[in-house]
Amino acid sequence: MAVQLEFLKGIPYFSGLGLAELESIREFVFEKTVERGEMVLLEGEAAEGLYFVASGVVKVFKTSAEGKEQILSIVRPGESFNDVPIFDGGSNPASAQTMGPVLLYGIKKNNIGAILRAHPQIALNVIKVLAGRVRHLVSLVEDLSFRRVIGRVAKVLLENAGDGTGREPRLTQQEMAAMAGTAREVVGRSLKALEEEGAISLDRHRIIIRDKEALREIMETPS
Amino acid sequence: MPIIDPEKCDGCGLCVTVCHCNGLVIVNNVITIIETVECDWCTDCEAVCPTGAIRCPFEIVIQEP
Repeated sequence: MAVQLEFLKGIPYFSGLGLAELESIREFVFEKTVERGEMVLLEGEAAEGLYFVASGVVKVFKTSAEGKEQILSIVRPGESFNDVPIFDGGSNPASAQTMGPVLLYGIKKNNIGAILRAHPQIALNVIKVLAGRVRHLVSLVEDLSFRRVIGRVAKVLLENAGDGTGREPRLTQQEMAAMAGTAREVVGRSLKALEEEGAISLDRHRIIIRDKEALREIMETPS
Repeated sequence: MPIIDPEKCDGCGLCVTVCHCNGLVIVNNVITIIETVECDWCTDCEAVCPTGAIRCPFEIVIQEP
């Protein structure tokens, strides 16, 4: 299947470019089909190219030495990932895995320089995209570094626990994140951590508090 | 089961592509749930939805031994 010009037109990197320019860029773009659950990139490995999601969804994440996963972003159609090592020459800063079948468009690292020199507008677009990326990551760093999120998530659970009769309000992870003043991805990780500590267990759509006292201690532990 | 707001759904189908239990389909450009028995509440559909049309709320209960 040929790389679609209409799709390239919608990518923020190529915003403002004419059809003739997009045609010349298309020659550098390759397609890659990836199955569900496949690793597209591994953190720490040498970067080969920059990717755009044409269809499907990719998650970008880092893994701790203990194997804990922290999602950095969810990449949807039209968005790019692995930009950083292409521009700074370093290794992949994070891993990327498909969340379903995915079609990717890629540009090899060696071709980026030629594209930018031929179409300087792209450099301005790249700066804008990366600035937005930095803003999002700064907010995530603030959440993870300076605030004891797990304590605030514990508080949300204690304050919203019901008696199992079904009358209590149900909360999505997004709603819990808003109440705890954090990001949805951090709530997901906090719930897993609380489960590992034995304070809660997760059973499909139910969060079951197994040890209220332990949860209260986690809530009250200062940062 | 996940809750769908048909007015917010734009039929992009991202949730269908990430659902590993084949529980979601697009009908008349709106997401529809067809299977809930296998749903393990992974909440990936909610995570990827760009419009907030699909929600996976949790019930929080206390069950101490």
